[in-house]
Amino acid sequence: MNTVANEKQEVQKEESMLLQKAMISANYDALATAHEDGKKISSTFVPGNLNELLMCFDFVRNLPEINALQAGMRKKSGGYIMEAERSGHSEDVCTYVKSDLGMMAQGQVGPNGQALPVPDLLLLSYTGCFTFMKWFELVRDQYDCETAMLHVPYQANGEITDNMRKFVVTQIKEQIIPVLERVSGVKFDIDRLREYMTESAKAEEDLVWVLQSAKNKPSPIDAYFGGVYYCGPIFTAFRGSKDTTAYYAALRKEVADRVDKGLGPVTPDGVLEDERIRLVVEGPPNWTHFRDFWKMFYEEGAVVVASSYTKVGGVYDFGFRHDPEHPLESLADYCLGCYTNHNLPSRVNMLCNYMDEYRADGFLVNSIKSCNSFSAGQLLMLREVEGRTGKPAGFIETDLVDPRYFSPANVKNRLESYFQMIEQKKARSARTAA
Amino acid sequence: MKTFIGIDLGSTTTKAIVIDSEKTVLGRGITNSRSNYGIAAEVAKQEALLDGRFFLMRRELRDLAALKGRIDEFSSNFEQDFRLQQYLEQLGDLERVCLENAGDERLAKDGAETRALLGALFRQLNDEAPNLFGPGSSRKSDFFRDIAGAEYSAASEAVVKDSRISFEMMLNVFDRSIIEVENRVGTGADEGKFMHALERTCKRSAAFSNLLDDLRAPLKNVLGTTLEETYVIGTGYGRATLPFSKEHIRSEILCHGLGAHIMHPKTATVLDIGGQDTKAIQVDSEGIVESFQMNDRCAAGCGRYLGYIADEMNLGLHELGPMAMQSQRKVRINSTCTVFAGAELRDRLSMGEKREDIVAGLHRAIILRAMSILSRSGGIHDEFTFTGGVAKNEAAVKVLKELAVENYGDMTMNVNPDSIYTGALGAAEFAHRAVVH
Repeated sequence: MNTVANEKQEVQKEESMLLQKAMISANYDALATAHEDGKKISSTFVPGNLNELLMCFDFVRNLPEINALQAGMRKKSGGYIMEAERSGHSEDVCTYVKSDLGMMAQGQVGPNGQALPVPDLLLLSYTGCFTFMKWFELVRDQYDCETAMLHVPYQANGEITDNMRKFVVTQIKEQIIPVLERVSGVKFDIDRLREYMTESAKAEEDLVWVLQSAKNKPSPIDAYFGGVYYCGPIFTAFRGSKDTTAYYAALRKEVADRVDKGLGPVTPDGVLEDERIRLVVEGPPNWTHFRDFWKMFYEEGAVVVASSYTKVGGVYDFGFRHDPEHPLESLADYCLGCYTNHNLPSRVNMLCNYMDEYRADGFLVNSIKSCNSFSAGQLLMLREVEGRTGKPAGFIETDLVDPRYFSPANVKNRLESYFQMIEQKKARSARTAA
Repeated sequence: MKTFIGIDLGSTTTKAIVIDSEKTVLGRGITNSRSNYGIAAEVAKQEALLDGRFFLMRRELRDLAALKGRIDEFSSNFEQDFRLQQYLEQLGDLERVCLENAGDERLAKDGAETRALLGALFRQLNDEAPNLFGPGSSRKSDFFRDIAGAEYSAASEAVVKDSRISFEMMLNVFDRSIIEVENRVGTGADEGKFMHALERTCKRSAAFSNLLDDLRAPLKNVLGTTLEETYVIGTGYGRATLPFSKEHIRSEILCHGLGAHIMHPKTATVLDIGGQDTKAIQVDSEGIVESFQMNDRCAAGCGRYLGYIADEMNLGLHELGPMAMQSQRKVRINSTCTVFAGAELRDRLSMGEKREDIVAGLHRAIILRAMSILSRSGGIHDEFTFTGGVAKNEAAVKVLKELAVENYGDMTMNVNPDSIYTGALGAAEFAHRAVVH
């Protein structure tokens, strides 16, 4: 083990993690009492979420896929999934969806043990995942509430055109905002949106700094296992709030301190001391065995220095920021620019750049068994990145929240083989260079 | 003498290879993995070291004039006699444990009668033992559990004929005893056992009867050579359970890649089909792994599938390949799921398909699955080396060759007779490098 464990063998957490935990907990509390407090609830998804806009109408925000991943981490998703399968949903359906449907069938109790009220609105910003649309069709049937859908054109040619932007802005103005006003009873105030966007941009700046700190050697962060925590607030119900700005300022300070001290990432077993392998990872992590999965990496000295998953709720590292001067246009650009809305060649380019800029030793794909939208093409991406960078690529398969599809022995076996393959190649390169 | 040992802990068998400082393979050992990787690793290692003694003995006797032209015959007889000696000792151990178990409280009611039957049974087994290890004899397995189990089972049927004791009761005693016996690690280079074997060899063959005195000294010399276990590397599925530190463990992907490269230096692509793993590996010109793919969460299409089919058809695993080679007609089998295989088999039989055609179809089904894994790993490049237990199956080799050429064009396909030791050979090489580099 190459981590410095604390004496009591408690799980190590960063200060920012505790801050975030309090924010998540407060949001679940707000959701639980929203209707008693006279507030409306909107359910929406992470990629392309219009959080700042929803805040303008005082909606409390509920994110079903976050509920599913929380259920996965709390070992509840297995039961929910089986409940959904009993209702006729096939084995191949996205397990986020089944976890959500199972949770509803079992009394709609949220991850914190409090009831999740029925939402007043389902707001779908469609950014590449077809399943999201089907998911809301299913739950709309049960909730019997209003639905609003923002059609975001796919970046088929790898670029955002003025027409695409205009198309999204027009929908926001003519279709989304009127629905939000009607459901919430609150009049739209563009200056309020500008204020939130000012906060978003500050937080985004700090997030980018934190994620790019992984360019250091050793990396002070794990941009996948730690990264999912770092992008949590900005990807979900919190972007645009002052709390979020404060969270990212604190996080940046924490990471800057680690950079100054030359420290590695904080893992559940302590600070990783010996960074041996730097990886770029494509695909979401497994949530049901999150710590076991992470341990398989840090026990081998493997650190993820960049990941595509920490870009699904917004790609900020190529310059995009929410812009209070052009609020609706920047909402459109944000949606259009989500990782899930990029075409395959753009994703390959992005990953190859990460390999280069973050000085990675290898590229790993964690392919999700039940994800029909994004598992397609991953082997092609793997071959492309491998061919263009000349770095070893690895492929493992797990699932989001179905515990039946995480086979620890197989995953560990493949990862160990992959890490040893990287080290063997590195050793040879070092010999050749000498 | 410094030795470097590689141990490959597979799901079905555990293999070991011992090499010397010049990387000459001294010995190979194999045993069943018996769900106890620690014991299996030790047994395989001892077997490999033992095999190493025979190798050294052959080398020692190379210049002995009295054996000129007959060294292979002598070596073969000597080894068979040693194996017989080893078998008899284990048989004695098994008898003792069986007698103890026959007296325990659950069997006590019929204990005396069971023990009497066991006495007769083991006398018969002892008497028949030389036939198993005589010149030209062939055994379906070299594992004590399999040989003794088959002999015990056959003899039990005869001895219980006029007895109140049931056949099942006798098998029950065997099942309770064999684990204890097979989990005892032999001493390997026990001088007494070697000397007994030498005496037996010289006694039973007129050609060697007057050479006993000439052969004792070289044998003592070989037995006196210390085989120092300089470095041991473990690999394979059970490697994590080995009592080795991390530096002594390598992934089987790396070991198979390197092992295949050592056996066939022009290897570019390796396919290994083992008990529960199928691995497709691309290696460079130095045997360094470039990429790999393995089967997913289930063992469909692996060696276990063939084992299951053999059980369903009441055949030995080694009989499947030859049966499939008799096929005249292609039968398409769609399921490579091990659990569904039995149902698919019975369905085909009920439709009037011939057994050999069905078995050929089953072979094709597992190789088609391997082809998918190969293509995911980057395809097949010349030269292509097929390893693992399934590489011993001629029908699997034939289908693989056909499909490889059909999909990737002409190529050299290597199937080494010692391919089951590929991973262990790679591990032994890593052990050597750990010290030398």
